[in-house]
Amino acid sequence: MAEKIKVDDIDRSMYDFRYEDNVEDHLTTGISPEMIEEISKEKNDPDWMRELRLKCLDIYNKTRMVNWGPSIKELSVDEIVTYIRQKNRMKENWDEVPENIKETFERLGIPQAERESLAGVGAQYDSELVYHNVRKEVAESGVVYTDLESAMHDERYKDMIKSHFMKLVPPTDHKFAALHGAVWSGGSFVYVPKGVKLDIPLQSYFRLNAKGAGQFEHTLIILEEDSYLHFIEGCSAPKYYKAGLHAGCVELYVAKGAKLRYSTIENWSKNMYNLNTKRALVEENGSVEWVSGSFGSHVSYLYPMSILNGRGASAEFTGITFAGEGQELDTGTKIIHNAPDTSSYVNTKSISKSGGASTFRSAIVVKENAVGSRSSVNCESLMLDSISRSDTVPVMDIRTKHADVGHEARIGRISSDAVFYLMSRGLSEEEAKAMIVRGFADNVSKELPLEYAVEMNNLIGLEMNGSAG
Amino acid sequence: MASLLKVEDLNVTVGQTELLHGIDLLIDQNETHVLMGPNGAGKSTLGSAIMGSPEYTVTNGRILFNGDDITHQTADKRAKKGIFLSFQTPVEIPGITMTEFLRNACEQVSGKRMKLWDFRKKLKATMQLLEMDEEYAERELNVGFSGGEKKKAEILQLLMLSPRLAILDETDSGLDVDAVRTVSKGIEEFRRTTGGSLLVITHNVKILDSLSVDKTHILVSGSIAENGGSELVADVLQNGFERFINKES
Repeated sequence: MAEKIKVDDIDRSMYDFRYEDNVEDHLTTGISPEMIEEISKEKNDPDWMRELRLKCLDIYNKTRMVNWGPSIKELSVDEIVTYIRQKNRMKENWDEVPENIKETFERLGIPQAERESLAGVGAQYDSELVYHNVRKEVAESGVVYTDLESAMHDERYKDMIKSHFMKLVPPTDHKFAALHGAVWSGGSFVYVPKGVKLDIPLQSYFRLNAKGAGQFEHTLIILEEDSYLHFIEGCSAPKYYKAGLHAGCVELYVAKGAKLRYSTIENWSKNMYNLNTKRALVEENGSVEWVSGSFGSHVSYLYPMSILNGRGASAEFTGITFAGEGQELDTGTKIIHNAPDTSSYVNTKSISKSGGASTFRSAIVVKENAVGSRSSVNCESLMLDSISRSDTVPVMDIRTKHADVGHEARIGRISSDAVFYLMSRGLSEEEAKAMIVRGFADNVSKELPLEYAVEMNNLIGLEMNGSAG
Repeated sequence: MASLLKVEDLNVTVGQTELLHGIDLLIDQNETHVLMGPNGAGKSTLGSAIMGSPEYTVTNGRILFNGDDITHQTADKRAKKGIFLSFQTPVEIPGITMTEFLRNACEQVSGKRMKLWDFRKKLKATMQLLEMDEEYAERELNVGFSGGEKKKAEILQLLMLSPRLAILDETDSGLDVDAVRTVSKGIEEFRRTTGGSLLVITHNVKILDSLSVDKTHILVSGSIAENGGSELVADVLQNGFERFINKES
């Protein structure tokens, strides 16, 4: 038996705790037009939103189930409580947040993180925002960071939201985009005015906590010309027995010369279906940088897409996926070069162990008009044992001769020589393997803010725990 | 008092092949031993087997360290008891800096948390002794190091970990004169400051110039052909292994 030494401070239970919630008004399972009406009424939706929800439900019902990639047969959307409304309304003041929710967040380190360096927290507990606070200086710079529901009713933003909401990810995109459009609830709205460069990151922390609950948060971020924003989305969920579903949606609009960095660490519990859709539209000389860490969930389908829509636009995608026992994580990215001189750079790492399967999919599309564009895709996989799987599915669709596109893939196993070398210096087998994996993931953790890098390393330690013997 | 290391009638195999046959070896505290022998005699195998490499299987005999039977213990347990192996070919670990690795290793081996400041101070002084550029502290472990730099990094680890027994597997091979001098200086420092014992595997004697050798063992075809004192080194230097090989057959 391997001893747990260095990883003492990583305790599985810290991710597995949960509190019994006291939500009285769980709505019926399954989805009917009445239910959508009810949600809409409860949310006090403007008419256009109510109509959009109903249209989305119609599309959902008419769209076929996803039949490629990992199996989602066991997922029964009808049985999942699609909407749970916390009794708690939005709270601006931490002191007013209910005690059990506060404790959950505290164990996740949110208030500390906020105190230290983060500008604002929009943390979602089940389907409603219960805590939302933007520091004064952020607000003073003109940056808007609020929940989507209230922004929809704000005179200043309502038109902006109407003209952007689900325009980048239309409900016809796929079945779960339609489902999202019908039942979405909670999420963030960020607006960064022209020329404003926010040097502190904004953070949101999503978490599922009700049995059988689905989570359908929507993130809408609009960056005006020459602005800068770093947005961090972190997810963690406690362990559950009933299948859970996450079908969120992220829409990012990056105007001319603006730069957006979007970082995520996802650690859903191992029974979750994570069918999330993320997309960015980048205009002339703008850039989007994705940093994406996928650790949790039973099944994931996650391929953030960047549409490079103006000359000189660029996208960078740095990702890490860690699939352990019982996990099938299908992740990657899609980049569409739709203007001249656009560039994209993709660098991903995937790790699989204890029978886990990780698949990396990339799709690089270079349109006819995207002359002078460049793209480089690099993916590396590490398998920690012989029962795990790792696949790479790169797709390239190049419509012009005047583009420079490269792809490199490497798949390897953990070297027993390296493990012995580290063990001869006093590291247990488990810790030696964890160190090798941490090193393998280093280029991703380097891209993360310190506290997230620490969390990611802890997650690696956690995942590696028990890998020995 | 128990010997520091006692190897008793040790047989070691890899796969179906037996590489070591009935090895006996006794190393006391504060001693320098030299293990010599022709290529392929099993010198590195013995070093790795004492360290606990999972590549090798002990089919007979046992290994005692400070009186404890460690024959079936994993390498990390042996390291914690005070055994160190300087690898002939140190392994590259991408993404992990020398500092990160060494601090972790020091804490594992000593079982104590080390203040970052104290650690850095010791690391810096030790690197200076070994004439290593400070930037190596922040470089990825052994990645892109030249042969000489890798060997220096092994000695750096030796000095940082202060084991009770250090096995040096051809630490001098492939090094230029200056590098051998630096590495020797490090080994001397280890002997002087810690009183730890050495098992030096070599077929080159430059590294022994600065060490006072207590015992010499000649390994031929997986068996100890002769044990002696430091005079045996001079003998090998002059006459080679010929007579041991003939004796064997």
